[in-house]
Amino acid sequence: MAEWDAGTKSTVQKIPLLKTKAGPRDKEGWANRLKEEYTALIKYVQLNKGSDQDWFTISSNKEGTHWSGKCWYIHNLLKYEFDLEFDIPVTYPMTSPEIQLPELDGKTSKMYRGGKICLSIHFKPLWSKNSPHFGVAHALCLGLGPWMAAEIPHLIDTGIISHKDK
Amino acid sequence: MSGEGEEGPSSPGKEQQDVTHPMKAFSSELSKLQSQVQALQSTKLQEQVSKLRESVKSINERVQAAAEDLRKDAPVSVADSKGVATASKYSRAVKREKIAKMSAEVKDDNPYSRLMALQRMGIVKDYEKIRDKTVAVVGIGGVGSVACEMLTRCGVGGLLMYDYDTVELANMNRLFFRPEHAGMTKTDAAVKTLREINPDVNFESYHMNITTVDGFEKFVASITRDGDGKTPRVDLVLSCVDNYEARMVINQACLELEQTWMESGVSEDAVSGHIQMIEPGVTACFECVPPLVVASGIDEKTLKREGVCAASLPTTMGMVAGFLVQNTLKYLLNFGEVSMYLGYNAMKDFFPTMDIQPNPGCTNAACCKLQTKYAGERDRRKKAKEAKDVEVEEDAGALHEDNEWSISVVEEEAPAGAGGQGGESEAQGAELAEGIEFSMPKADAIDEKTLEENAVETNDDDDVDDLRAQLEALNSK
Ligand SMILES: [Zn+2]
Repeated sequence: MAEWDAGTKSTVQKIPLLKTKAGPRDKEGWANRLKEEYTALIKYVQLNKGSDQDWFTISSNKEGTHWSGKCWYIHNLLKYEFDLEFDIPVTYPMTSPEIQLPELDGKTSKMYRGGKICLSIHFKPLWSKNSPHFGVAHALCLGLGPWMAAEIPHLIDTGIISHKDK
Repeated sequence: MSGEGEEGPSSPGKEQQDVTHPMKAFSSELSKLQSQVQALQSTKLQEQVSKLRESVKSINERVQAAAEDLRKDAPVSVADSKGVATASKYSRAVKREKIAKMSAEVKDDNPYSRLMALQRMGIVKDYEKIRDKTVAVVGIGGVGSVACEMLTRCGVGGLLMYDYDTVELANMNRLFFRPEHAGMTKTDAAVKTLREINPDVNFESYHMNITTVDGFEKFVASITRDGDGKTPRVDLVLSCVDNYEARMVINQACLELEQTWMESGVSEDAVSGHIQMIEPGVTACFECVPPLVVASGIDEKTLKREGVCAASLPTTMGMVAGFLVQNTLKYLLNFGEVSMYLGYNAMKDFFPTMDIQPNPGCTNAACCKLQTKYAGERDRRKKAKEAKDVEVEEDAGALHEDNEWSISVVEEEAPAGAGGQGGESEAQGAELAEGIEFSMPKADAIDEKTLEENAVETNDDDDVDDLRAQLEALNSK
């Protein structure tokens, strides 16, 4: 995990691991998995709030297959906020969800079509190594968080995005 | 030579002023010849010349009619400057009509003659069988679109195309799509072009994402008879997607349907690629061992990835598409040897091949079930291969070198039905052919103890709706 900064590493270790290997097609298993997902996310959000590092909100549809929310990044004391969404892939949790920030689609080369963030080459192997015990909370912590920290300041500095009040 | 005033009154040379046209010049020469022949009073000669004149005249008429057609069809100006007229000759719109039966007849309007020649030469036993074959191509990008074009030109019976994306100008470094396709869905743009190339193919276009729960069900329905989700109606699925998630989805669908498929991939640095044949239960599935890729020989640390997601080259993609469809043709038409894994390292022009045996400890339950079901088939193939290797060895005699091309990841002797442990360690510790490596680690980071200490705690009485509400409540705080 040389890729991630110390803060991310210590945080991810505090997110509970998930036990149930079940995807959304497995009705019974998925109900259990979903409970674990919510519980792990609640813990993660509480951790963030506790250390005053809250950086996203998230909720899912009733089936737990589509997730959406907001994520934000503070740069030079200004808050930049974006919509976030993703679907749970049919092969979840063997494969990670592909997180999308639709507003940034086409604005950065570190993104696939449709606003899917381009994760580091280290993310998928790490997910794979830890599957099926990583969940949505881990994907946000190890995927979206570091992506925003690397890309958003660059997008602001190059004038590609600007603060809503400007 | 000038046509002016030298011919007799019946000569067509009068209204054909422009003698620089070769046909007209020819005609005028003939006129001169005729007057000379007339002087000789030889009736026979005269008759022959008349006939010649007739034919030249009709040629002229046809050429003029064709030129007239061209002028009507082509918006290109044929006016003044030299050479423009020649260019416009090629812009006439030609429509390729449907052809009921493939013919080997060599005619300039038969697109199948060179393909059917494969049969005449004895390479393929029954080429026309391709018309009974249906192939599904998932991912119509740099590899998939080219593969579709190849299959279309080869005259495949049915072609199902899947992609969720639209054509962008940024795709123009790849083959197949043209700037005027920008904004169209990739599947519709492909159907439009391919139907013009070969209307005999039955095209189906699926603009959708197969990785969502809904998308997966639609995908499975579309490749099964009457959408029953059980009985495959395609002969082969080709994976031309660019990500691990979609490959895993195709793997899952094909395991559930016992559908043979081929996986293809180009590395993110654009200088290596591979194809892999997957027959559920008989060969390794995509989940049996971590994905195998060709080592590019480039040190990850020296590879600069800042500011880019992935590179792509039309050359590498075109080659991988070529490998993929070549293997497809061999498989569908039963000729040559179908490659189980073929890699391409563009930096060194190195093409490793290997067989990949299924992993008895595969994490996919459907795969393990099929491995038991097809144990006999694997055994049969193993014996056939051994017999063939002996033959090759005898042929090669003393010159035989170590065969680096057919190393198996898991030896067939691996304990059949052995629990996860034995199989997995076997697969991971197995020897890969030179130049091939795993692109991902296996799932082993978390042992039972770690899990126990760090696992999420849920109660059976926990209500999933309550938990969802709790999470949502945190959003508003
Ligand atoms: Zn398998």
